[in-house]
Amino acid sequence: MNLDVRTPTGMLFSLIGAILVLYGLISGPSEKALGINVDLWWGLLLVVFGVAMLWLAWRAGRRKRDAAADKPAR
Amino acid sequence: MAGVVQLGYVDYAVLILYTVFVLGIGWTLKRFMHSSTDFFLSGRAIPAWITGLAFISANLGAQEVIGMGASGAKYGMATSHFYWLGAIPAMVFVALLMMPFYYGSKARSVPEFLKLRFDEKTRAFNALSFAAMTIMSSGVSMYVLAKLFWILLGWNFHASLIASAIVVLAYIFLGGLTSAIYNEVLQFFLIVFGFLPLVLLGLKDIGWWSGLTARMSEAALRHVPAFPEHSLTRVWQPLSDSTNPMGVEWFGMVMGLGFVLSFAYWCTDFLVIQRAMAAESMSAARRTPLIAAVPKMLFPFLVIVPGMLALVVAPKGGVPVPAGEVGLADAPHPPAGQGVIPPKFDVVDNTKVYQYDAAGKPELDYDMATPMLLVSYFPAGLLGLGLTALMASFMSGMAGNVTAFNTVCTYDIYQSYIAPNRSDQHYLWTGRMVTVLGLALSVLAAYVASHFNNIMEILQLVFGFVNAPLLATFLLGMFWRRTTGHGAFSGLVAGTLAATLHFGLTQPRGATTLLKGGWLTAGHPLHVYRSEMALSFWTAIWAFSLCLTVTVVVSLLTRRNKSDEELRGLVYSMTPRADHGERGLAWYARPAVLAIFVLGATLLLNILFW
Repeated sequence: MNLDVRTPTGMLFSLIGAILVLYGLISGPSEKALGINVDLWWGLLLVVFGVAMLWLAWRAGRRKRDAAADKPAR
Repeated sequence: MAGVVQLGYVDYAVLILYTVFVLGIGWTLKRFMHSSTDFFLSGRAIPAWITGLAFISANLGAQEVIGMGASGAKYGMATSHFYWLGAIPAMVFVALLMMPFYYGSKARSVPEFLKLRFDEKTRAFNALSFAAMTIMSSGVSMYVLAKLFWILLGWNFHASLIASAIVVLAYIFLGGLTSAIYNEVLQFFLIVFGFLPLVLLGLKDIGWWSGLTARMSEAALRHVPAFPEHSLTRVWQPLSDSTNPMGVEWFGMVMGLGFVLSFAYWCTDFLVIQRAMAAESMSAARRTPLIAAVPKMLFPFLVIVPGMLALVVAPKGGVPVPAGEVGLADAPHPPAGQGVIPPKFDVVDNTKVYQYDAAGKPELDYDMATPMLLVSYFPAGLLGLGLTALMASFMSGMAGNVTAFNTVCTYDIYQSYIAPNRSDQHYLWTGRMVTVLGLALSVLAAYVASHFNNIMEILQLVFGFVNAPLLATFLLGMFWRRTTGHGAFSGLVAGTLAATLHFGLTQPRGATTLLKGGWLTAGHPLHVYRSEMALSFWTAIWAFSLCLTVTVVVSLLTRRNKSDEELRGLVYSMTPRADHGERGLAWYARPAVLAIFVLGATLLLNILFW
């Protein structure tokens, strides 16, 4: 299959993470969530996860392309 | 409208983003759907880690997230039996011992395997009962989603129901099983990232694990009649008490849940097996349930602990009033709930009418435990993520059932009995049409479910009747070559009858309706079980035992209908031992090594929470 599932997963989590980080910066800590700025911190974690997924997908894609490029030469 | 949960723009942004991605995956995969194998089996080309996460995600539907949270509040930590006893051992068994036959036989579905191993009638029996069960469960998922979003947010019930059906229909129609599996991976991560902050915030608020156990011990002692102190915080100790919240003794637990019900589900239910069948190789198929077992054994902390927390926390922001209750008049002296769990009520003439138990305490609406904890702790932003996670769990449950339904309907009913020998393109088209039919029937089932108060219990019961005997059929079929088609079929029928009869002759303690058992004895049951759970476990034990006995006896009396040659690859003793292409794998990726790790870790968890 030509779609690596890590690409959409990484994109979705990076975007949701970015939204949460922005919202956390604007709204500040929340009383409901024990006075912690959970949107900011959890958003950052989601961005890290999303970017890691995208990087894994990019690396796998590059390997695949390299392998495909090598084949005709042999 | 003070106190009502109001969604902000940021929450809508997260929900919409999720929907766009789910549909986008279906749209992107559409161009790879060339044959029926692509559509129904993902071309058998998916890596093990993806099928593994899909395997667990398809199982993580409404019954799991809402139901296990409710059980956590009701039975406490002992609910983990459904994971550490009732899932992991069976998942290891299906991976090591059964997957070689499922994947190796090249059968495209579980009913088709039954046809290869036994005969047409056994297949037809299983295909029909399985198709009916998948529609009912996907309908219940849909109904619970629509009802929950109405209660929490005040969204229109019909609109949520139809919208969720259309989204699931769109992505399966376009991308088939691959689309369902890819979305299940997405849904898996959403559920983890959506519920983890809830557990962390709740635990921090109550003083981490020691705080939780202290409060749960108080709750156990306060119960009328009082339970021993450890009843809600330990897994195995409560089973040896004369009273425990579950009302099940250890033999019924180990045999009924740990063996019959759990093996019956994980080893024969096509909903999960289908994910493993889509794997790229035999070794990937065998690793699928093992990879799934790793998150599965940690799920108690993600889905049961929120239920326990909901019973004992006191959130600082107060408990919001769900939107579904706005405009209802309250009873003159409304009872208090417990923690964030509201008391259960019926609505009569626009007024709340509460239900009380024999001790005069209000009955709690346990199904609201996890959702209420969510709206009590999550601020705008995270609330959107949490609700998206809930929605994802419902959708993965629906999609899992619908993909299993369209495969069984197309291959085992349509191709076998209605229109054989058509072109592959014809079956691909049929599959898409059956998907539409499946979702239309699910919507219908959701509306039927909305007319019954206890639809979840009825569903559990039906699963017990249909699945429990099937386990005996598969075990004998795969490990005893003498088993015949007539034996298997009569065993299945006898097992289902045994379940019905057992259910008719016995009752759980305090049963008020015949739906809970005893419909044959008119108030004088042969045996009274301590709880409904005990009754359902013992129903499964009886159904399994009778199916086993009848299958063996009838098989010995009838002639074998399959030659040794035909049984190659289907029966253990007839199949040459192969290394399944595992010699080249790294040591940590070998199924046997993974299995030992999974079993060891599960044993450790059982001991830690003994």
